[in-house]
Amino acid sequence: MSKPHLELTNVQMAFDTPGGPFIALENVDLKIRKGEFVSLIGHSGCGKSTVLNIVAGLLQASRGGCVLDGHEVNTPGPERAVVFQNHSLMPWLTVYQNVELAVQQVFRKSMSKAERRDWILHNLNLVNMGHALDKRPGEISGGMAQRVGIARALAMKPSVLLMDEPFGALDALTRAHLQDSLMEIQQDLNSTVIMITHDVDEAVLLSDRIVMMTNGPAATVGEELHIKLPRPRNRVALADHPEYVHYRQAVLSFLYEKQSFPAKHTPPRDTSGADNNADETDAAASTFAVHTAPSGRTTQARPAEENA
Amino acid sequence: MTTLNQTRNQTRLPVQAQLWLRSVSDKLTARNLAGAARQLLLPAIGILLFLGFWHLAAPQVQTSLGAFPGPAQVLEQSGQLWQEHSDQRDRAAKFVTMQEQRNERILADNPDAEVRIRSYPGAPTFFDQIVTSLGTVLAGFVLATLIAVPLGIIIGLNRHFSAAVNPLIQIFKPVSPLAWLPLVTMVVSATYVSDDPMFEKSFLTSMITVTLCSLWPTLINTSVGVAAVNPDLLNVSKVLQLSFWTHVRRVVLPSSIPMIFTGLRVSLGIAWMVLIAAEMLAQSPGLGKFVWDEFQNGSSQSLSRIMVAVLAIGFIGFLLDRIMLLVQKKVAWNE
Repeated sequence: MSKPHLELTNVQMAFDTPGGPFIALENVDLKIRKGEFVSLIGHSGCGKSTVLNIVAGLLQASRGGCVLDGHEVNTPGPERAVVFQNHSLMPWLTVYQNVELAVQQVFRKSMSKAERRDWILHNLNLVNMGHALDKRPGEISGGMAQRVGIARALAMKPSVLLMDEPFGALDALTRAHLQDSLMEIQQDLNSTVIMITHDVDEAVLLSDRIVMMTNGPAATVGEELHIKLPRPRNRVALADHPEYVHYRQAVLSFLYEKQSFPAKHTPPRDTSGADNNADETDAAASTFAVHTAPSGRTTQARPAEENA
Repeated sequence: MTTLNQTRNQTRLPVQAQLWLRSVSDKLTARNLAGAARQLLLPAIGILLFLGFWHLAAPQVQTSLGAFPGPAQVLEQSGQLWQEHSDQRDRAAKFVTMQEQRNERILADNPDAEVRIRSYPGAPTFFDQIVTSLGTVLAGFVLATLIAVPLGIIIGLNRHFSAAVNPLIQIFKPVSPLAWLPLVTMVVSATYVSDDPMFEKSFLTSMITVTLCSLWPTLINTSVGVAAVNPDLLNVSKVLQLSFWTHVRRVVLPSSIPMIFTGLRVSLGIAWMVLIAAEMLAQSPGLGKFVWDEFQNGSSQSLSRIMVAVLAIGFIGFLLDRIMLLVQKKVAWNE
């Protein structure tokens, strides 16, 4: 493995709550190569978003830290573009203007006005939103708005693209299309991607590595799974590829056997439907997490609903 | 018969006109008619009922200046006020032409002579007073906006500053214009000393009182709107590393525009109310002075004339609010 591009070392994250500090993350270590596609997967409330926010610079780790290309990350910046869970577009700007705001900010000096315009249109076409340039976010569907959010992040030419469940709100067809586009773009630009997902298939299809996190509080990296499927990957061809099925099985087993709570030690009933139920299972997991500590850990901290 | 007409129309008229006709006939459905009735008819009925009640009740109220005026007297007096206004205008025009002629004659006799140009010395009419009041209220309101919006943005952006000034806002907000007025008058008299004043002192006093009383709703709404910007959008701004000014201009301000405008509309309403009170008390020119003068005058027509002023004040206040609404629709993204 070459020198890490992005490195999280010994990260601890504690939030102040009225009942004392709440330890969300403990001893998180992560090394990411340039051009690597890493998925973070884990049950709700395990601090995936907290990890992402620390890399983004939106949160400061209580201990340890994050280093990108030899520089410590302290503040947010466009080289670590974030695609937020909800699209986070400015409702008063049109689709075009939303991307323009980012492009103007990042490429004000390096691109001419015409180049910037082409670049904005290029990115919007990439996510199939070239037809709605003058629409406001309130006039398009949530899925379309999320596509614009992705276009805005891509338009910043980030060296690390941070995605917080970017496709969660999209319909299956759009999601598949965007996953394919994302794979292509990521290979072309060789950009580093960290993506939070609940969708096991999505994680296996897109990632070079899946980082599976233990249940919070004091969550940390549980297992890592290197996905050595050849690229470019084709979802149809992979569907019954034995390697693919094996990886999928490994993630499911981590999520629903090793990190499930004691009451749910039985294996999932129907693995093929597992990803569709991921959100549901997730919600259940977070509800029950209040009563149960993660396997092998005891905790004094109040397992409050973590706001990560 | 109508169908016959329509078919004939359709054969003769160009496509555009046919489409227009169809859209008109579509609009004339029963439901749309009912909507139009609700929009026009019911308010008209309300006004008519009010006028009827007023007409019947007014003569029952006897005052030392005669019976309370009914709608007919008020209408007559409004005509009278207009008449006085146009007479005054004619006299003013005559005065100006006579003055010019006289000056020309003087200059013809002696080109070096100094000629004096005086403005017409007649008393301001009702309509002059309306114009004065509108000017004062707009000046006061603009000044209040210029203070309240930037200050509100700072308060909304900075929690510490907000905590520091919040008690002051809470204390000064409910103060009546009448309490401010003597203080403002004294301060203006003492500080605005100039041989060639750009503004009348009375104008300044009224304007500052209006400002002091009307800036609070805008200030509070702006600060609340700024503090309530969606945290996700703030994160976007942070990731983009927007400079402070770009952040305020492109994120904070547009986001709080709807709240700011709600505040501005309340402020303008208050400004108009405060102005009338201030003018009455301070005897500074404007509608308030008109009302007070008529009251002091105590003729048999005074009450009718005051009633004309009351209606004019209400109508102007309504118009001001409508204008603000139009501006809001132009400016705000959520309208």
